Amino acid sequence: MIRTPLRPLARILDAREQGVNPQSIERENLRLRREQARDAGRRRAEWRLLFLAVAFFAGYAAIGAKMGMLAASPVVESEPYAGEGISGARADVLDRNGRILATNLVTHSLYAEMRYMIDGARAAHELVQIFPDLEEESLSQRLTDPRRRFTWIRSRVSPEQAQATHDIGEPGLLLGPRDMRLYPNGELAAHLMGGTSYGEQGVTAAEIQGVAGLEYTLNERLSDADLADVPLSLALDLPVQAVVEEVLADGLQMYNANGGSVILMDAHTGELVAMASAPTFDPNNRPAPALTGDPADSPLFNRAVQGLYELGSVMKVFAVAQALELGLVTPDTMMDTQGPIRFGRFRISDMHSMPSRMSVTDVLIESSNVGTARLAQMIGAPQQRSFLQSLGLLDYLPIELPESTRVRPQYDERWSEISMMTISYGHGLSITPLHLAAAYAAMVNGGTMVQPTLLRRPDAPVGRRVISEQTSLQLRRMLRSVVTEGTASFGEVEGYFVGGKTGTADKPNPQGGYYEDRTVATFAGAFPMNDPRYVFVVTMDEPTIFAAGENRRTAGWTVVPVVAQMVRRVAPMLGLRPQDAADVDAELGLR
Amino acid sequence: MTEMVHGSIPAQQGEPVLSRWWRTVDRWTISSVLLLVAIGLLLALASSPPLATRNHLPPFHYFERHLIFVAMSVGIMLFVSMRSPETVRRWAVLGFIIGFATLLALPVIGTDFGKGATRWLSLGFTSIQPSEFVKPCLAVTAGWLLAAGQDLNGPPGRLMSLGVTVATVGLLVIQPDFGQSALVLFGWGAMYFVSGASIVIITGLAATVVGGGFIAYNVSEHFARRIDAFLSAELDARSQLGYATSAIQEGGLWGMGVGEGQVKWQLPDAHTDFVIAVAAEEYGFLLVALIIALYAVICLRALMRLTRERDPFVRLAGTGLVAMLSAQAMINMGVAVRLLPAKGMTLPFISQGGSSLLAMGLMTGMLLALTRSRPQGEISELLQNRGR
Repeated sequence: MIRTPLRPLARILDAREQGVNPQSIERENLRLRREQARDAGRRRAEWRLLFLAVAFFAGYAAIGAKMGMLAASPVVESEPYAGEGISGARADVLDRNGRILATNLVTHSLYAEMRYMIDGARAAHELVQIFPDLEEESLSQRLTDPRRRFTWIRSRVSPEQAQATHDIGEPGLLLGPRDMRLYPNGELAAHLMGGTSYGEQGVTAAEIQGVAGLEYTLNERLSDADLADVPLSLALDLPVQAVVEEVLADGLQMYNANGGSVILMDAHTGELVAMASAPTFDPNNRPAPALTGDPADSPLFNRAVQGLYELGSVMKVFAVAQALELGLVTPDTMMDTQGPIRFGRFRISDMHSMPSRMSVTDVLIESSNVGTARLAQMIGAPQQRSFLQSLGLLDYLPIELPESTRVRPQYDERWSEISMMTISYGHGLSITPLHLAAAYAAMVNGGTMVQPTLLRRPDAPVGRRVISEQTSLQLRRMLRSVVTEGTASFGEVEGYFVGGKTGTADKPNPQGGYYEDRTVATFAGAFPMNDPRYVFVVTMDEPTIFAAGENRRTAGWTVVPVVAQMVRRVAPMLGLRPQDAADVDAELGLR
Repeated sequence: MTEMVHGSIPAQQGEPVLSRWWRTVDRWTISSVLLLVAIGLLLALASSPPLATRNHLPPFHYFERHLIFVAMSVGIMLFVSMRSPETVRRWAVLGFIIGFATLLALPVIGTDFGKGATRWLSLGFTSIQPSEFVKPCLAVTAGWLLAAGQDLNGPPGRLMSLGVTVATVGLLVIQPDFGQSALVLFGWGAMYFVSGASIVIITGLAATVVGGGFIAYNVSEHFARRIDAFLSAELDARSQLGYATSAIQEGGLWGMGVGEGQVKWQLPDAHTDFVIAVAAEEYGFLLVALIIALYAVICLRALMRLTRERDPFVRLAGTGLVAMLSAQAMINMGVAVRLLPAKGMTLPFISQGGSSLLAMGLMTGMLLALTRSRPQGEISELLQNRGR
């Protein structure tokens, strides 16, 4: 590019000869350049500004047009829609023993047809006596509007209200039959059922469609007209579910917790015998989803399948299991648990002082972070990752609930050395309680994976093997010891041989870091430990109790007693007989 | 330069401020703003009683507050519009530095009023939203930097203005306030476009914004829920949008009549984010069309005046201001008619809210100051062209 100099030599020389300051030549040239640049800039910007103007004008015009279209669209439903072809049929939902969870009830909708209407104002006045929440003025306006031929008044009326409406004697008020979905147990299993709303509505029938929970996922099956008489059986046991929810509610009240969840699952088939999340709601009258605030605070939130938590020490089982499986250690291998481990700017240390050498069994019993991190170091990051992957802890866990579809475990994709160590004791990997339950089932049932399901499936095929029978037996022995001599000593239920691992995780602060005084307490395990039939995972959000001289937030003081209470009441209902301690210990090879 | 042209009126330095102001300011814009403000007062009369009843205050408490803020806002607008572009630039850059520092300190000193986003600075008797004031100042600052970058041997103004904008957006995102972030980014994009960006880069930028939105959708639950609510075809009649839509339908062409509206009793944000629904319900489509037309007048008048402007700073800063103003109005109304996903944003000059109103006064004042007609060397240009 040829550049025109700001100080043309010829003119400068001339100027010097005439004794004029050559600076002024440069200044003038500069001024001229600026002047030209400004004109050029204005010309260049002109079409761009015009383009912007056109774009903005188009935007305003679009908004105006849409506003006009909305304003011009009618609000009234002009014609009664008979609703031929709408099927209101919907199959019942039963629990595993045939008790009703959801059924249909014939009810009526209330509407008005103006060609039969004699005195709209009087009808409105009378209707307000029956339905106090209706506005008399606007209703009367609607019922006397000459342009209108039809209007809905209520989508659902009770038999008493229907009779009272009938007694008004106004021929223009008509009742159309339709089914409504009824959950006779109210809040029981609310998160599983979800809820329904009306889809297409006609005066002779209305389509019921699921909006959440099972009702949504299995909508096609339930609304299939051919299968309307064939009820759908769930794995759920209704009395057990009732007890579980009652004990959980009591526990939340006693420990002043925000919420909690319970999963009770068959250890071999993956059938969910009970699943609860608190706070809960009534699916007969499902609340509107909250648009503001944390969705996890909504009663609609299913903590068992939607809540992603760093669950803490319950994850240590997986490190121990893998180390045993790989033959790196035996339950009696002595580990160096001298803390803290320093890694860059991180320090890994234990909650309370521990001996500097402990056996692998004691690492689990005493819940040593240092010992577990050392096990993870022996295993190595890639192996650890693939093991947790094989347990399904790093993927979506499909279950018949729409709420679970977008919930993927969260972790650092790089899986560095430090995350390897923290994940081994339960930090840095957020999973749902359901993920944990599925993985625990594989740990204790002899080593094969199960697929959690809400549906009845007594003859589930034996799943993929993830650990050997031998390792599973060793783990059962250790998990049993956690209850007999470790952190879960309140979990002992005579005759049912509960085993499990506690976990108390500091809650992450949304502003960064962790809260010091807010925890998620978890107890995960199975019973009876000699031949586990049921796996449980119970979590409580921010529990606290003043006991033995200080405020307790750990799982051992909060969740574990709740689980003990649950097992004590539920195990007999599930048909388990109390066993003799000597037999069980012999079977487990303890003592 | 002293170019003497026969017949031209020599510029009088001694001309009184007010008469020069009246002669050069865009009176169409001022009239439009005053009309919008009047409509805002009218609607405040409608939407104040429900809110006041809910908060156990005298029925017209919020109207009185609105009146005070409107008076202050118009005062600010007139005062600022009398300043010269240089004064505007100086104070806006200073204002931006202060505002930026406040935003930076907001996570520590701010309050969220339990709404889940730390946006407010509580002063005890009242609270302000610093991001509202940062917006106009940022537009002017970025315009200044961009213009400086175009000068001969100028600094790398584009990069600097981009850096300043991105830093501000970053602070807004951590609040989180995605609406204001989008607005600021859009304003900068418009300035960059006018400053002569290549079409390739502009296309790339648009793609980045879409990509950023996609990431925000996947990362932020808050954001994702609003988009989901927008994309789901079925509108829950109990949601804010459901009420707003039915309000517009109920209103029709002529409206239900003064004070007859129902929506203001049901919507918590009837006095701010959904004030257009109140307008549509009580006064009908005619008033809404008038409101839209007034915004369009402000926007188009400013852009038309800027096409004649030769000073790159004035042109760019003016573009940024008018783009932000128009986009804010469009987003607010676009949400109510479901052309855009739900995003809390006030309607300029009409919504209640002290910070928003005062900042709007400041913004329009700056815009008016920048779009005042000035000698643009048109005669000399004419002479040059004729000479060729």
